[in-house]
This record gives sequence, structure tokens and C-alpha cells, in this order.
Amino acid sequence: MIVLTVNNIRHELEIDPATPLLYVLRDTLGLHGAKYGCGLGQCGACTVMVDKRAVFSCLTPAAVLEGRQIKTIEGLGTIEHPGPLQQAFIDEQAAQCGYCIAGMIMRAEALLERNPSPTDAEIRAQMQPNLCRCGTHTRILAAIHRAAAVTRAAALAVPATQEAAR
Amino acid sequence: MTAALTRRLFLAGSGALVVAYAARAADIPTSAPPTKLPGSLKDWPRLAAWVQVAPDGTVTVFSGKAELGQGIRTALIQVAAEQLYLPPGQIMLVTADTGRTTNEGYTAGSHSMQDSGTAIMNAAAEVRGILVAEAAARLGVATPDLTPGGGRVTATDGRSLGYGELVGSLTPERLAQPGAPLKDPASFTVIGAAVPRVDIPAKVTGGAAYVQDLKLPGMLHARVVRPPRYGAVLAELDEVPIAAMPGVVKILRDGSYLGVIAEGEWQAIQAMRALSTAARWSGGKTLPDPATIFDTIQALPMQDSVILDRVADQPTAATRTLKARYLRPYGMHGSIGPSCAVAQLQDGLMTVWTHTQGVFPDRAALAELLAMPVDKVRCIHTEGSGCYGHNGADDAGADAALLARAVPGRPVRVQWMREQENTWEPFTPAMIMEVEASLDADGHIVDWHYGVWSNTHNMRPGNGGRLMPSWALAAPLTPSPPEPIPQPEGGGDRNAIPLYVLPQARVVSHFIPEMPLRISAMRGLGAYANVFSIESFMDELALAAGADPVAFRLAHLTDSRARDVVERAAHEFGWDGAKALPPGHGRGFAFARYKNLGAYAAVALEVAVDHETGRVRVVRAHCAVDSGQAVSPDGIRNQIAGGLLQSSSWTIYEAVSFEPTGITSRDWSGYPILRFPAVPESVEVHVIDRPGMPFLGTGEAAQGPTAAAIANAVADATKVRIRELPLSMARVKAAIGV
Repeated sequence: MIVLTVNNIRHELEIDPATPLLYVLRDTLGLHGAKYGCGLGQCGACTVMVDKRAVFSCLTPAAVLEGRQIKTIEGLGTIEHPGPLQQAFIDEQAAQCGYCIAGMIMRAEALLERNPSPTDAEIRAQMQPNLCRCGTHTRILAAIHRAAAVTRAAALAVPATQEAAR
Repeated sequence: MTAALTRRLFLAGSGALVVAYAARAADIPTSAPPTKLPGSLKDWPRLAAWVQVAPDGTVTVFSGKAELGQGIRTALIQVAAEQLYLPPGQIMLVTADTGRTTNEGYTAGSHSMQDSGTAIMNAAAEVRGILVAEAAARLGVATPDLTPGGGRVTATDGRSLGYGELVGSLTPERLAQPGAPLKDPASFTVIGAAVPRVDIPAKVTGGAAYVQDLKLPGMLHARVVRPPRYGAVLAELDEVPIAAMPGVVKILRDGSYLGVIAEGEWQAIQAMRALSTAARWSGGKTLPDPATIFDTIQALPMQDSVILDRVADQPTAATRTLKARYLRPYGMHGSIGPSCAVAQLQDGLMTVWTHTQGVFPDRAALAELLAMPVDKVRCIHTEGSGCYGHNGADDAGADAALLARAVPGRPVRVQWMREQENTWEPFTPAMIMEVEASLDADGHIVDWHYGVWSNTHNMRPGNGGRLMPSWALAAPLTPSPPEPIPQPEGGGDRNAIPLYVLPQARVVSHFIPEMPLRISAMRGLGAYANVFSIESFMDELALAAGADPVAFRLAHLTDSRARDVVERAAHEFGWDGAKALPPGHGRGFAFARYKNLGAYAAVALEVAVDHETGRVRVVRAHCAVDSGQAVSPDGIRNQIAGGLLQSSSWTIYEAVSFEPTGITSRDWSGYPILRFPAVPESVEVHVIDRPGMPFLGTGEAAQGPTAAAIANAVADATKVRIRELPLSMARVKAAIGV
């Protein structure tokens, strides 16, 4: 038995420990956001977060993930209540076919959690592993900038005293 | 589909599984229309084939076209909502399903707005007119005293009736009539507005949006094992140990066709790998030497057509003649999500959920493949990863059907692996373009000779033998022979006729039936290579004439809409030949009207060429586009910017690599494409709206102009003209002699 924590929910799973996380998410847990693209870590369509880092779920066996925090696009928000990055992608209409987008959002999420004010060059460097074939790149970049700005503005709205007390 | 097909599961466009009644004979027109109706109404004149109003007021719109990621669902809803005076959210849209919609052929060639959008616009307007007329009769008032809106028709005295109460005369057989009461474009509130795409919220939150995400009760997973090269034969395989692997339900072996069905997807992949390792293959087709591929192609038997032969009415005074040969390699669609389909054989009916571009032609091909009557096969379009043309979608549908037939009753989902997608998808063909033109003393073009050598650009499933999985069966099917796509749309010769004023001109299309590599349709077909060649050569001529490239084009353009996009792109870019650019930078311009029938597009861009490495990067780009009446300006911007970036990837990086033993572009390391660090700093699209004018297909309009603009900018930056694609680091470095 393997115990995985996905989006803060603990799952006890009777699976082959060698199964890549991607198939556990999609087939066992019914989380379709992460996509199969290459199985080689070359395209990023399968990107999810493990302990704050963006990883290729197609290459990561379930066995190495016990005790770690796994976060997928489903953990960022819902269609009714999208998270800040999801909302930014909607606002920028940053999708064409959209097959790459869940992976894009998770890789961007890993950056923004680590660095809330990334430069354009830092965003591009972060997104380098993820491929888009429709040519939506400039909208994806705009959406990440927008999400960062929205999150910063929300942080600024926190009263200074409360900030100082931290 | 027959009435016997009553309750049946189908996948609604939203991705949700719902139960509904299948339509009647929706794919058979009832009778010929009295006069030519607009768009696809001319083939399918029943109003109910396009717009249905239920007694409860629910409005459902039908289109035979499919969402491919281009945003067509939203644009079609906008058109219907506008003419029906409804908020877009109150329109239900059903797309491409052989059981429910009309046959509008393929979703291809930038035809959806022209064909389906026009039909829906006119049908919706006519239905609204019928509802208003019914209200007039019922309320005893004149139609000018009635206002439709919010799903009701309201009289000036305040009395109103809901659309659902007025459907009496909207019989299922009622035919459209010419002269639908279209709204005045000046009063449009939904067409031309920024209506958010209906599909994006699910796509950014992990909703089930794709055929890859479809999960039916009892569904099994399958994988196929392909031969190592075209035509190789399965010589030896001991599948017994693999059949005993965990989760394996069935191994299907039919001649050299090999597939495995398992309970879980990962189990299917493991079994596929074991089969791959165990299988011994022999023979197969030897591919030509890649070093001499263009000469090889040009030496194959060909059928020549003169598609333009214009003789000057007065003698021309040529003072200078230029000649050039341009080359475009094999290219790959390269969908991020490998092809996928789900199929189920139940009660003698095969249902296939597929991201095909043409559910009706696919159904006919599948019926032939399965030796089943056409009405026992249903194809339901379900979105996949962007395809950009004929990729593995139809073949994956065939795989799913063959595998599902082996386990009746159980739905089977099959997805290709990356290396299967890359090595078995039909590529866009390699092409050769030769051009010779003369200038007079004033720098005007006086004659033009152009030839293009190309395979077909259409090997879509016109028959069962065009479904690639059929080739490996014990009783293989034969693909129907390739045929050229006639002008004015053209295939290899698409956009081979320039829009420029050319007093004397001859254009010859050399159609080459024999296909060394598997090929078919990719975004823009031959237009990409022809516009690359024509627009590169226009710059070469401008240089010879000592003219500015934009001024030179304008001097040869009379079409005012063409001139408008050229001038707009130049203006927005800040085109100024006198202005110095940083070292290693260059500016480039190009123009085309897609197919000479669709949208007009002009591209101006700046590139940076790294002198040491030969690396080309687009720094900034502007595109001006005229798509006629712009239904979704943001959708047009998204399509054009996307096309521009995709074309920049084709142009700078992409060529399918192969050797005599097979395709070697097996993954993204063997077929590199654009990545984020090389994305331009800005891409701006300027939409020239033409209210009331016909919709012009837009989805492919940026491909050709972008290629030529990049080539022209590289020539400007390096002072060296490169005529072979892609403009890869190695090629540029070799050309500039570093």
C-alpha cells in the first residue's frame, strides 16, 4: 500500500509502487488536469507540484512520494472559485486548445510561491521546460504577470501593523 | 442515424456526459433549396438542422464544425445569440456528431465561420423572424410593434410571448428561405464584443475537457505497438507471457497489427513495452537519402497544371531578371497531447469519441475498415489537443474501434505514445518552389514565372485504406490515390498565385503523386511555403529595384483591403527604413490573403541574429488582419498571434529528420520547437473590422506571411538571403560564414 497526500487529502492506494504519479492522478484519483504529453520530461504537460517544486508527474514513481505534499491544478481552485493564477488565465483568455495549460499553471504556481515578484526573464526561465504548440506563449506570460501583480496588490492591502507583527 | 437510435449516451461539447435523444435523419437534406442559400445552408436547408427552439424556450444551435482549440464554439454562439436577441449564455451548442448534426465535411481550411457561421447567422435570423411573425398573429399587432429580446417577443403595449410559446410553425422539415431578416450590423451587441471563451474555465481548473479525459463506466485502456518503419512485418512474437501480465485483458494480433487492452492505463503501457521488446519485425520501406530529398522529389513522376497564364497586352521592357529556388522540409503537426480516442461496440453499434476534424468522412472510413454499415457507426467529436490539421486523430479512432471490437460491450480508450505520434503522423510534405521574374527600368515587375513541386496535402480518410492502422491488418486496405486540391483553394499550389499586379505571369503546379514519407494536411497546406517563397522573392526584387520592401509591395497592389493591412502593419510597427536598428537586428515584412479568398494578413517584425551561434529570435511582431466582419476580435487576435508564433517555430527550428531506416524525430529532442526564452517580447495583432462584410477564414492566415517576414528580417540583419527552411542555427551560421 502507498499513502499519498494530494491537495491536502490523504489517499491509501493499492497500486504498483512503480506507477508514475500521472497515472495515479488520472486513473486512480480521477484528477484529469495533469496530461500525458511525452512521458519523457520534455514537454511539461504533466507538471504538478511536490513540496513546492514543479515536477514531471509522468516521470515520478508513486513510491518516492510518500510523506510529500502533492498539489495539482485541482488544488488551486474550482470552476466556480478559481484561484488567482487560474483567474488570471481566464482574464487573459490564455488558452487555445488548452492541453498544456494545467502544466503551465502548476509550473508558474511553483515560481510565484517561491518568488512573488518575478521578472519577465525569471518567468521565461521558469517556463522553459513547458511546451505550447498553439502559440499562446505571450498570453501565458501575461497571465503569470497578472497573477503576480494581483497577489502583490492583495499582500499590500494587509495592514502594515499586521505585517510587522509577523 | 435512424430513429431506432433512441436514448444513447453522447458527450456534449462541454465535456459532460448527458443522456438525450438522438436526432432523426439529420444528415439527409429534405429537398433542394429554391435558390442558393448562404454558407452551409445551401447544402442543408432545414432550419431545424441549425437552430431548434423547444417549447420550454430552450434554444439549441447545431454545427457540423468542431472545436479544435480555435475558439469556434464561442464565435458560433455569438453569431446565433446576436440574431436571436439572446444572451450568449442561453444558447446551447451541439457540434460535429454524426448522430445529431449536419455533415459539414472537415473543420479545416479556415472555413468554419464562412460555412457554418454564415449558415447559423442566417438560420437564426430567419427563426427569429418566424417567431416574431407568429407573435404578431397571436397578439394582433404589426411586426414593427414587436421587439424580440431575452427569449421573448414583446409588444409596445407590454404584452409578450416567450420563444417557446411561438414555435408552432417551426416544423422540423421547414426549409430556410433566401433573404433572412439579418440585423443591421450597426446594432450588433454580441458580434464584435469581447465574449469570453466558453471552454476556458474548465480547461484552467482541471475539468474534463478532452477526449483524453473521457472516462466511461467499465472503460479499458489500450496501447498499440507500431512497426519500426513504414511497411515492416511482424515476423515473430511470443505474446503468451505478456498476456499473463497484471491487468492485461486481451492482446489483439491481426496480421502485423498489434495492440493490448488492460484494466489500467499504466498496465497497458507496461504490456505495450513488453510486446515491443518481444516483437521481431522484418522488411519495410526504405526512405530516401535526406541529403538529396528535394532533388529526389523533383525527379519523381508529376502531373503539371498551369494555374495562371497571363500574357501582357503590350511588350514588356525587362531590364533585369532574378531567379531563385526555395525549399521547405517535411514538418510535423506536433500536438502536445498525442492522439487519443475512445470506442465502444454495443448492440451492434460502434460509437467512437474522436478528435477527428471530420466526423462524417471518418465514420465512412471506419465503417469500411470494420466492414459495418455506415449507420451502425457513430462518430462524436470530442475535443483533443490542438491538431493544426490531419494528425493521428483519425488513426487513433481506428485503433480504438479495432480494439473495442475485440471486447464487445466495454469502452476502450487508446492514446498514442509520443514516439508513435512523431513517427506515424502524416507530415506536411517537403516542397520546392522556383521563381524567375524581371523588372523594368522603373523597378516594376514585368513578368513572373513560378513553379511549385509538391505531394498532395490531403490524405484524410477518404476511404478505409487511408486509416493508417488498416495497413498492418492481415487483410490490409489500400489508401485511395492522392489527388490535387483544385484551384482556387489549391493544395500544394495554395497561394501560389500572387495578388500583385503582374502584367505577364505563368504559374505551374507540379503535382507529385508518389509520397516518400507519409503526408497529409497541415495548417495552411502549400500556402505556408508559397507565401514564404513569393514574399521572400518580393524582397529580393525590391532590393534589386532599390525600393523599400513595403513601398515595393504597395506599388504592385491594387486591392484596397490588401493595401489597408499592409499600411496598417507598417504603421503599427513603425516601419522606417532610415531608422537604424541595433547590430545584428533586422526588420522584415510580408503579406498574403489566405487562399486569395480568406483573411488578409500583413506581418512586420524585427529579429535578432546572434552572430556567433547563428541563433535567430523574433524580438517583436505586428500583424494587421482583415477577417471581414470580426465576430470575436479577441478570438482573431488569439488565432493570429498563435499562428504567428507557431509559424515562427516552423520557420526557425523545424524539420522532420529521417534516415533510410526510418523517422528519427522521435521526440521533442529530435524535433525541437519554440520554447519560452525565445518567445518575442511582444506580438500585437490589429484587427481591421468590416461590419456587414462576409466572414473571412482566419485560422491559417498568419502562417505564410510570418515565415517570409522572418526570412526577410534575417536577410536584412545579415545581408545574406537564405532560401531553405528552417532558418536553424547551423544553417544561418553557415550562411553568414562565421
